[in-house]
Amino acid sequence: MTTTTTSGMAGVSMAVDNRIAEHERVADAAGGKVASFTVEHLSPLERAHRFFHANPVAAPAIVLLLALLGFSLVIGERFLDPFNLSLILQQVTIIGILGIAQTLIILTAGIDLSVGAIMVLTSVIMGKMAVDVGMPPVVALMAGMLAGAVTGYINGLLVTQFRLPPFIVTLGTWNIFFALNLWYSQSETIRSKAIADTAPLLQWTGQSVEIFGARLTYGSLLMLVLFAAVWYALNRTPWGKHVYATGDDPAAANLAGIRTNRVLLSVYVVAGVICAIGAWALIGRIGSVSPQAGMTANLDSITAVVIGGCSLFGGRGAIWGTLVGALVVGVFRNGLALAGVDVLWQEFTVGLLIIVAVGMDQWIRKV
Amino acid sequence: MKLKSLAMAVLASACVVTSAVQAADKPVVGLITKTNTNPFFVKMREGATEMANAMDMDLRTFSGKFDGDNQSQVQAIENLIASGAKGILITPSDPEAIVPAVERARAAGILVIALDTPLSPADAADATFATDNFKAGELIGQWAAAQLGDKAKDARIAMLDLNASQITVDVARDQGFLKGFGVDVGNAERIGDEKDARIVGHDVTQGAEEGGRRAMENLLQRDPKINVVYTINEPAAAGAYEALRAVGRDKDVLVVSVDGGCPGVSNVRDGVIGATSMQFPLQMAAKGVEAVLEYAKTGKKPQASEGLDFVNTGVDLITDKPVPGVPSKTSKEGLGLCWG
Repeated sequence: MTTTTTSGMAGVSMAVDNRIAEHERVADAAGGKVASFTVEHLSPLERAHRFFHANPVAAPAIVLLLALLGFSLVIGERFLDPFNLSLILQQVTIIGILGIAQTLIILTAGIDLSVGAIMVLTSVIMGKMAVDVGMPPVVALMAGMLAGAVTGYINGLLVTQFRLPPFIVTLGTWNIFFALNLWYSQSETIRSKAIADTAPLLQWTGQSVEIFGARLTYGSLLMLVLFAAVWYALNRTPWGKHVYATGDDPAAANLAGIRTNRVLLSVYVVAGVICAIGAWALIGRIGSVSPQAGMTANLDSITAVVIGGCSLFGGRGAIWGTLVGALVVGVFRNGLALAGVDVLWQEFTVGLLIIVAVGMDQWIRKV
Repeated sequence: MKLKSLAMAVLASACVVTSAVQAADKPVVGLITKTNTNPFFVKMREGATEMANAMDMDLRTFSGKFDGDNQSQVQAIENLIASGAKGILITPSDPEAIVPAVERARAAGILVIALDTPLSPADAADATFATDNFKAGELIGQWAAAQLGDKAKDARIAMLDLNASQITVDVARDQGFLKGFGVDVGNAERIGDEKDARIVGHDVTQGAEEGGRRAMENLLQRDPKINVVYTINEPAAAGAYEALRAVGRDKDVLVVSVDGGCPGVSNVRDGVIGATSMQFPLQMAAKGVEAVLEYAKTGKKPQASEGLDFVNTGVDLITDKPVPGVPSKTSKEGLGLCWG
């Protein structure tokens, strides 16, 4: 018995000795620098990888800066003129606001195809309530916001209670909300003049202030305030942590005591209200209320979010990225138009940007 | 359960049989529009419905889900062939891609009439009932040139088109306007090949307010002195006007358009649009239904208007600032005729 034990012990210690010897041999071969930090050995590519992983907004921001630089070289002063830059901001306002709603949904690993339809439906409700029903403009505005919350609540309920995939839910409600919009509006446009006469508040978002030659509309400022507010909510409140956690891994979030269904429902309601704010900005921008507006707004908002570096798999992405993503699209469209390039190349470029952005995301996620 | 579903099936087929029997009494005519949302097509359906009721015909209406939805239109044609229709009225979403389906319908002895948008080639349909879109453009071009008088030779022109696809309606209105204004259009089948320095540029609007505003903003950035704006339709014109108003140019720029929708005609009255060419969707559909009935009775097909390869359903210039040499109606008269 004893012998076997001893011999066994010896065997173990021998193995340990061998391993140490092996280890030392490797250490000697490496020149004895076993304790140095591995960071020094990272290739530039790996370093870039870590940088982009830590800063999700960096990649789109670099694209934006390069685009600004490129177009200012090709077009010149006219492009960098403060008025033109503020014009780009105006042109991305609606997609930017819808992009905020879309980012919230995508952070929870969902997708919302109904954002544009919610926007158009709520804009029609605001316009009809104010112009046709004769409600005070503030009440009409609130009615629109409420409708936004209700539509969002419907989406959220279908996703959380009926366990339907968000893509399918919003594909359905996109059609439903759009049909309701056509029914309620009778496919009729409410003209700019009628709104100006009865409810100028609805067009307030189209008015502007001039700062150093830049013309900032209240709609654009509203968008920036919304971005800041949602940034605060996502990064400085428990709700924000819960949204990220739910998107990253719902099962783990549940185990950690987060009531993921309530978080999801709240996200869809907030997104609905933000779409209604987008409706207000839309009325300001086009002056009228048109039931035909915003047909491609859902896809455009997803484009902004994706180019902004938000991961479609949820849980990763920063809200500012969406603003940068919307601006990238806006800068390319404006710049190419100013350069007199045929419009089909605008579409081509946007398509290219989407694929590059998603490719980047896949690469960054590999850690 | 089984009994219940069997009963349902029997009931359903009974319904089909009775409706088929009912339909057999009346000639079936189909109307297929691009969408069922645009007021233009809503008006078209109205015209077709009234005429079909008056003529005691069985009208079946179909539409695509969105502008450009060819698949739904092909299905609609197949359904109409199956139900033994005498005639099909169609506003093709994709004038080329729809042709094989149209050929199948004609082979089945159905009269096919293209409404508003000709097929490509146009003779793939038995007839086309449409607005002369080139003429519609020409009228507003002549009007704008006459308004400017001597200053027309120094005009700065913005062209707000539909989209990048250069579809026939878009091209005809754009080129018609330029010809009416006195620009050498080069190839009249192609937007953007003109050499005239008065043209600041072409941009696209998707025929909607937001697109009209963005296109106007971008063209104003290229040349702030723009003083003539052509727009593909009235929503695009309303958007362009908002862009002009934002930079204080709403009073000294001529905006012209095409369509004749009621909001557009009201915008002529309010000075947002200087002049617009009105088209008549109700007429197109009503005359189409009439032609199908004629064909069902006598086998006679409609003849194209003189000098054109389609039946011209007319176009009127609507403006409150008439110019000599270009006949026009006032916005007040226009409001009695407008659609949507």
